[in-house]
Amino acid sequence: MMLLDIANLSRRFSSGGRDVAALSDVSLTLASGETLGLAGASGSGKSTLARILLRLIPADGGTIHFEENDWLKLSGAELRRRRAKMQMVFQDILGAFNPRATVASVLDDPLRIHEIVPKAERPKEIAALLERVGLPASYATRSIREVSGGQRQRIAIARAIATRPSLIVLDEAVSALDVSIRGKILELLVELQQERGIAYLFVSHDLAVLRAVSHRIAVMEAGRLVEIGAASQVIENPRSSAARALIAAVPRLVTGLPERHHYDV
Amino acid sequence: MSALCEIRGLSVTYQGHPVPALTNVDIDIHPGERLAIIGESGSGKSTLARTIAGLLPAGARVRGEMRWSIGQAPLPGRDMGFVFQDPSASLNPVLTIGEQVAEGARRNLGLTWKAAHERALDMLERVRIPDPAKVLKAFPHQLSGGQRQRVAIAAALATGPGILIADEATSALDMIVQAEIVSLLDELVREAGMTLVFITHDVALASGFADRVAIFRNGELVEAGPVGAVLTAPENGYTRTLLASHRDLSTPPLIREAAT
Repeated sequence: MMLLDIANLSRRFSSGGRDVAALSDVSLTLASGETLGLAGASGSGKSTLARILLRLIPADGGTIHFEENDWLKLSGAELRRRRAKMQMVFQDILGAFNPRATVASVLDDPLRIHEIVPKAERPKEIAALLERVGLPASYATRSIREVSGGQRQRIAIARAIATRPSLIVLDEAVSALDVSIRGKILELLVELQQERGIAYLFVSHDLAVLRAVSHRIAVMEAGRLVEIGAASQVIENPRSSAARALIAAVPRLVTGLPERHHYDV
Repeated sequence: MSALCEIRGLSVTYQGHPVPALTNVDIDIHPGERLAIIGESGSGKSTLARTIAGLLPAGARVRGEMRWSIGQAPLPGRDMGFVFQDPSASLNPVLTIGEQVAEGARRNLGLTWKAAHERALDMLERVRIPDPAKVLKAFPHQLSGGQRQRVAIAAALATGPGILIADEATSALDMIVQAEIVSLLDELVREAGMTLVFITHDVALASGFADRVAIFRNGELVEAGPVGAVLTAPENGYTRTLLASHRDLSTPPLIREAAT
């Protein structure tokens, strides 16, 4: 049994009087401890898929099985309880936190809500979480606003792993970071996966990022899944025009003599 | 080569900030070149762009010199165009695209509204907006992010400026649109013989089309020179780190593919 099994998922939006298929009949699976990179241009439906999976918006049709639960049928207390196992990290970190929060309170919330550890042990758990993502335990008392973008992303990861999830949905989670920090965050995510067997659904328009961490890559275009396969296979032998366009768009470092680079789009 | 603009000993400190955003920067902008200003967050690259553009906020303290070869600074909006990261912030949400692209040409070139609208239509065609006559009457919210950025470029170029400043102009766009916009900018400035100052955090993106690069870090100019020389044989340790952090499709992955 797969950790995650998405079957025939569909969702339509109406936009400016037109009916737009944001997702058409998308099916995919994800195994424990695996990373599936979900690539696509803006408007391809990849974020809609992530939002339905996180139960932030409803689907029009299709099913999702997560840890053998009929995920879209869960509601109320049962959904809240199971949600601990599926966490998320988004691009806009500051927007995801109460701006007046301290680092400790950001990490205390999931521990308290999901009753991960008894109250008396929470400060120790918070210190361990911070340490695990490469931050000093003394950061607990800082305001979430006074830490840097990269540190804030580490805190978002600490919050995501706090509930001991089996799946984390990462939506453009490193896109806003400087390249030097981006690499370190990707390394941290890979370490956490190897250590805890967490699966990632990694949504990004940047194939270079997905190539770094994904076992398999899925490519979306206009709400449809147009290609899925082993990461090396999709990158080296893309079959869909959408995958070829994404590959061509990755900027190459041109270090040779001033030979002109052409963007073949 | 005589420079279009010689910047000497430039330091900028924002009001209420103890640390200068730029410290003692010496750099030349050559006429007709594509100059890439490269740096990470806090490097001072956007401050340099704002200083050149005359767009620093009130209260910013500026020391040093900016000498323009024509004797005076180009008039922003007429002789100098700008394109920023977020096209929604550069476009007025309640004016049509046509009014916004035409406005600069009307005001700065003394065209009538009718002539300015024709100019706007021509500009929208040049930035390859599909169905430009219809887009002239549209409002910004009716366009995609990539199309809005094309409109912002059309508006910036409508007065035929000699220099264009693009500050992270493609960073908010997805990669496919980014590649299209970069190639469009490159083509337009080359065609018009314009000078382009392209501010970016992405060294690979700049390496594809810039003539010269200038690497910034913590408000200081670390290294500058022809793109080939700086990227093939960087003299500075930070430039080497920046190049080593670059990741593209040929970089070895961090994981082994066969999932355990």
